[in-house]
Amino acid sequence: MITAAFEYYRPASLDEALRLLGGRDDAKILAGGHSLIPMMKLRLAEPAALIDIAAIPDLGRIDFDGKRFRIGALVTHATLAANRDLEKNAPALWDAANHIGDPQVRNRGTIGGSASHGDPSADYPSVLLALGATLSLAGKSGSRDVGADAFFRGMFDTALAPGEILTTVSFDAAPASAYAKYQHPASGYAMVGVAANLRLNGGTVGEARIAVTGVGDSAFRAGNVEKALAGARAGDADAIKKACSNAASGVDARSDSQASGTYRAAMADVYAARAVSAAAARG
Amino acid sequence: METVNIEVNGRSYSNEVEPRLLLVHYLRDTLGLTGTHVGCDTSSCGACTVLLDGISVKSCTVFAAQAGGHAVTTIEGIGNSGALHPMQEAFWAKHGLQCGFCTPGMIVSCIDLLRRNPDPSDAEIRAGIEGNLCRCTGYENIVRAVRAAAAAMKADEPRRSVAELLPVGAS
Ligand SMILES: Cc1cc2nc3c(=O)[nH]c(=O)nc-3n(C[C@H](O)[C@H](O)[C@H](O)COP(=O)(O)OP(=O)(O)OC[C@H]3O[C@@H](n4cnc5c(N)ncnc54)[C@H](O)[C@@H]3O)c2cc1C
Ligand code: FES
Ligand code: FES
Repeated sequence: MITAAFEYYRPASLDEALRLLGGRDDAKILAGGHSLIPMMKLRLAEPAALIDIAAIPDLGRIDFDGKRFRIGALVTHATLAANRDLEKNAPALWDAANHIGDPQVRNRGTIGGSASHGDPSADYPSVLLALGATLSLAGKSGSRDVGADAFFRGMFDTALAPGEILTTVSFDAAPASAYAKYQHPASGYAMVGVAANLRLNGGTVGEARIAVTGVGDSAFRAGNVEKALAGARAGDADAIKKACSNAASGVDARSDSQASGTYRAAMADVYAARAVSAAAARG
Repeated sequence: METVNIEVNGRSYSNEVEPRLLLVHYLRDTLGLTGTHVGCDTSSCGACTVLLDGISVKSCTVFAAQAGGHAVTTIEGIGNSGALHPMQEAFWAKHGLQCGFCTPGMIVSCIDLLRRNPDPSDAEIRAGIEGNLCRCTGYENIVRAVRAAAAAMKADEPRRSVAELLPVGAS
């Protein structure tokens, strides 16, 4: 399959990329290309220009100061999956990175591309919600920070304004966190995926942030589960299971050729309990 | 048109290409390196896998322009009949192929797998080739081949030629 024709640019700086992007509304950023190129081959996307950000220095960095992670938009899934700091200090994101697609997809795809794409079945959006991540967006008139809760707005819809580039994703260490996924057997995408981030006080859950992907039009926080988990004993599987019932309440669960909405909602409960138990075991 | 300078299998090339030319078509049609196959053309099967700066990628999901300034290794650069790569020899010895269509991409992926993990368990081998589909073998012999190649590479065995490996008396 051949894509529509386009102009290709590979700027060497963020400023140049912003200038190229800002001047026109028919251009798109190209990162790992593992969502965009398949869409272009199917002619679901026909940008007139691609601005390849692969050569911009610093977008590929991971910084961790012992408390907070700052991850550049160009960091690949494979790099995250191999990062020991992440495995120890924010294992929910590490879990997700390890289970995206397959090795070749992980070698090319980037965290910034996945977040910007806003795919309702992508893994990272739920993890970034559970981690309470901040997304930094660069634009012509400077940079702004957007919380994950405000960033993921709907199906393929994010807070990125035209002309903006996502540069960094940052979040505090979350050692008692985990991501559990019901993987589509062919594509690897999340039929249902749940990220859990717990603050444990001794043996009980102090605060919980739980987010679900694959079920609604966009990843969402399961507020009722978060409330029900507060005070639960971390090792009490029955209590956790009970708190995780109705994880998708109030959400219009998607039905498609792969699964009914009812099934997706039921699986959200099952995978929420798994994610919470795994997170509690790490705490 | 876009000028791309790409190193392929250790040789430097410079070509005028359309930006929309996929890396796999650049390799097959522009350079005539037809060892890299197109199976699904939808980023799923891994038949088109090559190494980009030593890392496995699906060349049907990379534009040739993106590979400009970088080094590509295809199955033709992995080894040849005069000196097989240990992974090629192991696929042969362990019957890791039947029709052979998936094999170039499979071998390239398996080499990348051993780069990341020189001594993988069977489960790790199976997870490591998730991006490559084989419709013939049922994967059992591929797993055996990767195990054998890992042992040979650990022992740093010298490369052998096809002639050396043929049964005595065969020509
Ligand atoms: C076979 C296969 C299996 C997959 N399985 C999974 C899976 O299991 N789970 C999962 O979550 N994903 C999966 N993916 C998708 C994969 O993770 C992609 O890598 C990811 O969705 C997009 O990242 P990218 O870097 O490839 O972005 P691209 O494809 O380059 O870009 C995607 C979109 O984001 C925009 N964009 C990219 N970077 C930026 C930026 N920094 N700022 C602003 N806009 C930007 C682009 O313009 C484009 O619209 C799969 C993909 C394939 C091909
Ligand atoms: S042809 Fe590229 S993945 Fe199938
Ligand atoms: S040997 Fe035929 S597809 Fe793998």
